[in-house]
Amino acid sequence: MSLSDFFQQIINGLSLGAFYALIALGYTMVYGVLRFINFAHGDVFMIGAYCGYYITDRVQAVFGGKLMWASALVVLLFAMAVCAILGVVIERLAYRPLRNRPKLAVLITAIGVSLFLEYGGQFFFGAIPRAFPELIPDLPVGGLGTLVITTNQVLVFGVTVALLVALNYIVKHTKMGLAMRAVSQNATAAQLMGVNIDTVISFTFALGSALAGAAGILFAVSYPSINPLMGILPGIKAFVAAVLGGIGHLPGAAVGGIILGIVETFVGASDYSTYRDAIAFAVLILILLFKPAGIFGKATVEKV
Amino acid sequence: MKKTLFTTFAAALGLAAPLLLAQEIVVGEIVSMTGDKAGFGTEIHNATMMAVDDTNAAGGVLGKKIKLVSEDTQSKPGEPAAAVQKLISRDKVVAILGEYTSSLTLEAAPICQSAKVPLISPGATNPKVTEVGDYIFRVCFIDPFQGTVLSKFALETLKAKKAAVFTDIKQDYSIGLADFFKAHFAKNGGTIVVEKSYSSGDADFKAQLTAIKSANPDVIMIPGYYSQIGLIAKQARALGITVPLIGGDAWSDSQLVAIGGSAVDGSYFTDHFSAENPDPKVQALLKRYKEKFGKDAGSAAALGYDAAMVLFDSIKRAGTTDEPKLRDAIASTKGYQGISGVITLDEKRNANKPAVILQVKGKDFKYVTTVNP
Amino acid sequence: MPMKTRLLLIAVIVASGLLSSFTASMNSYYVQILTFIGINIILGVSLNLINGHTGQFSLGHAGFMAVGGYSAAFLTTTYGPSFLAALGGSSWWSEALLFSGALVVGGIGAAIAGLVVGIPSLRLRGDYLAIITLGFGEIIRVLIQNTDAVGGPRGLTGIPGYTNLFWTFAIAAITIYSISSLVDSTYGRGFLTVRDDEIAASSMGINTTRYKVVAFVIGAFFAGVAGGLYAHSTRYLTPEGFTFQKTVEIVIIVILGGMGNNAGVTVAAILLTVLLEALRSVSDFTWLPQFVRDLTKNRMILFSLVLIALMLLRPQGLFGGFRKPKRT
Repeated sequence: MSLSDFFQQIINGLSLGAFYALIALGYTMVYGVLRFINFAHGDVFMIGAYCGYYITDRVQAVFGGKLMWASALVVLLFAMAVCAILGVVIERLAYRPLRNRPKLAVLITAIGVSLFLEYGGQFFFGAIPRAFPELIPDLPVGGLGTLVITTNQVLVFGVTVALLVALNYIVKHTKMGLAMRAVSQNATAAQLMGVNIDTVISFTFALGSALAGAAGILFAVSYPSINPLMGILPGIKAFVAAVLGGIGHLPGAAVGGIILGIVETFVGASDYSTYRDAIAFAVLILILLFKPAGIFGKATVEKV
Repeated sequence: MKKTLFTTFAAALGLAAPLLLAQEIVVGEIVSMTGDKAGFGTEIHNATMMAVDDTNAAGGVLGKKIKLVSEDTQSKPGEPAAAVQKLISRDKVVAILGEYTSSLTLEAAPICQSAKVPLISPGATNPKVTEVGDYIFRVCFIDPFQGTVLSKFALETLKAKKAAVFTDIKQDYSIGLADFFKAHFAKNGGTIVVEKSYSSGDADFKAQLTAIKSANPDVIMIPGYYSQIGLIAKQARALGITVPLIGGDAWSDSQLVAIGGSAVDGSYFTDHFSAENPDPKVQALLKRYKEKFGKDAGSAAALGYDAAMVLFDSIKRAGTTDEPKLRDAIASTKGYQGISGVITLDEKRNANKPAVILQVKGKDFKYVTTVNP
Repeated sequence: MPMKTRLLLIAVIVASGLLSSFTASMNSYYVQILTFIGINIILGVSLNLINGHTGQFSLGHAGFMAVGGYSAAFLTTTYGPSFLAALGGSSWWSEALLFSGALVVGGIGAAIAGLVVGIPSLRLRGDYLAIITLGFGEIIRVLIQNTDAVGGPRGLTGIPGYTNLFWTFAIAAITIYSISSLVDSTYGRGFLTVRDDEIAASSMGINTTRYKVVAFVIGAFFAGVAGGLYAHSTRYLTPEGFTFQKTVEIVIIVILGGMGNNAGVTVAAILLTVLLEALRSVSDFTWLPQFVRDLTKNRMILFSLVLIALMLLRPQGLFGGFRKPKRT
């Protein structure tokens, strides 16, 4: 591998990792507060992409084909809003009634919700892959010699960093964030201190799902072929990224995503590209075996 | 009195039932209407229904109407076995049409073979499919032929010396096609400079493409399905890969251009037929398909229609639906003028027919050349 | 009680032998459904040992099934002909010998995979365990995909059709018997303690680690045998047949029947298999609106709704209430 190839692969890995990081942020938020894996997160991401698919033409018509960035922003916000509502509805109908049941019951329900969104999506949207309309043009960024970076890659990276900073601010410096941290540490105690758990959890789901919606739009812009099962792989990989960084830890999720993106890229470029599918899982198993709390997570001991 | 009436009624029913049944010839179909192969499945199913309607409108076969019983295999292994068993032993079908993919057909084939019910696959290109037994047929060409055609085209027309191969590790079709391409290309003076793989469902291919780029090939062969090809082409062009991309019949869908846009422009692929074929029969069918389903018919539709029509034609020629005779009639199909070309089944029950090479130009697939076996 | 169950076991085995001898005169579609029922019983009851009795949550059962199916089929396709020739040609007993050998080897292969998955997964609980077993299942699939000796992505063809009703139901009966008597034995109570309170169990001196590994190994063994039966019934294997979707089907059987309830799981396996086949006929019910017919055809939608509804309304499974109180 030549040096320029090496740097090109680093760029490829970073841009792929940025997506994993973006989706992982939502995963990790929900886990941080509720301590359960929202299996359906990747499918909410898919719904976000389909929102964009169905309204882009209309929005662009309203703007008369001008103000490209404004119409892109409207599409993005619309998808985020739909996904936020979807997230709240899922939590209200499927997860809330199970809040005091064993964690496994919620996990099984989450698998059910995930399958429902995937195959319901196939039923309503059709199983055929759709071409996502061009929301913003993807142009090469010049001045880097033989290295290739496109505007979309820069955009995704920028959005991921911005959202990370914003989320971190919400969690660390707002009243709602304080409530979220309180619920995360001890839900009962938080309730006794006057925190409305239902509101906090709904808010967490809305926020996490909105992030998934945003990721869905950005993903579809970069990889404009969407189908109802598109959320499965990115969802699982983002989960691995979240675990890698220490689940519940926001910057950890971002770092985990980047690491996973780079590892996958180098495996894909190597002679072992046929094993690429298994890499995320191998990383997951290794991490859980040797550092179950992840890179930034703190180990917890179960109390009797 | 009541009793007699009842007996007469029952007797009449008993007599009438076989007569009623005899008015119909029941044909089975296994097709993926849901799951990840539903795109092709829907197209095949639409075309098969058209073939049945056309035949029935023309008076049916042997004076009887064709009744199609369709089973969804959900693109999922395990389903074809149960579906075919049901068609054979409950619906008493005389023959079965389908599946489009080799892996699902390979599961149905042994059952059809032991029950001695002919099976005609519209699109299973793996050579192993018809090796299952003498009741298994197909109306498409096979991977060795398609691989050879692509390799010849790359060597002779594109004057390529170095080829890269980028396969979909999850699809038996992709692996098979790549193998035959590689074998022929290497044997005839070319070199395979790099091989990489991806999985159906992937969206990012930049890692593999960067590696392919640095191997500096003259042509990149990507025997995958259209849904990924568009993305692969886009990312390849973005990375500055300008060499031609070539592939097989799974590229053949209007979504290829919808997803790939200008990135797939100028690429070549082999197909079963060209929509530009001036044959009025072909044009009429394409027009009717578009009117009825609001979508252009691809080669899956052409093959689905042909598989059904070859079967009905064979029933006519056999003059019966009795199994050994029907089998022999299908096996002796010769020079049948289908939508996807002239179909002649060889002694291995494979369709011996030419492939066409198409080039993506704008939104259309332009006919380049026909390659005979 | 044990005497009675043992007699029952023998009776079921004899009955499946008798049933099998009438196969020729039976509708082959029903034979196929019966075979799938038997295989699903084995899969459900074996997963029940891990997920139900021991309280772990494995999402890798399709992977174990794949290991067993592929090993058994590899044996019968590659070494079968020479083995039969050495025994003086194909006869019912030489084929039975070959097939039972292949099934056992398949089971052992899967059990080894279960050990490999079980040992490292021990440190994990609940949802982490679920994810890691899902990962192992996928890794097994990718490994098979990369193994040319078993056809890789092209699948394994030409598997002899040895599976019949005798093998299927005899093995299903043995599976139910072994797992029930294991759980009911003094030793087997340990599985339940791991499920009910792991911390209390280990402070009582129960080696919870060993129980978990044993559950994984035995569960995987029977899943492997089921894989062998499946391979010799469909006579073709492809890695795509052992995806997460397959695991979900088995998980639904266990949840439907009630975790830790072998009788319930057995009934659920029968019910679900028959129900899914019956759904094929929904398209004939023209009195139903087209929309409903299309929706019911998409079984994964139904599956997902069943999962959610069960968890919300009847987490103990459909048959949870009928469970007999245990003797003390």
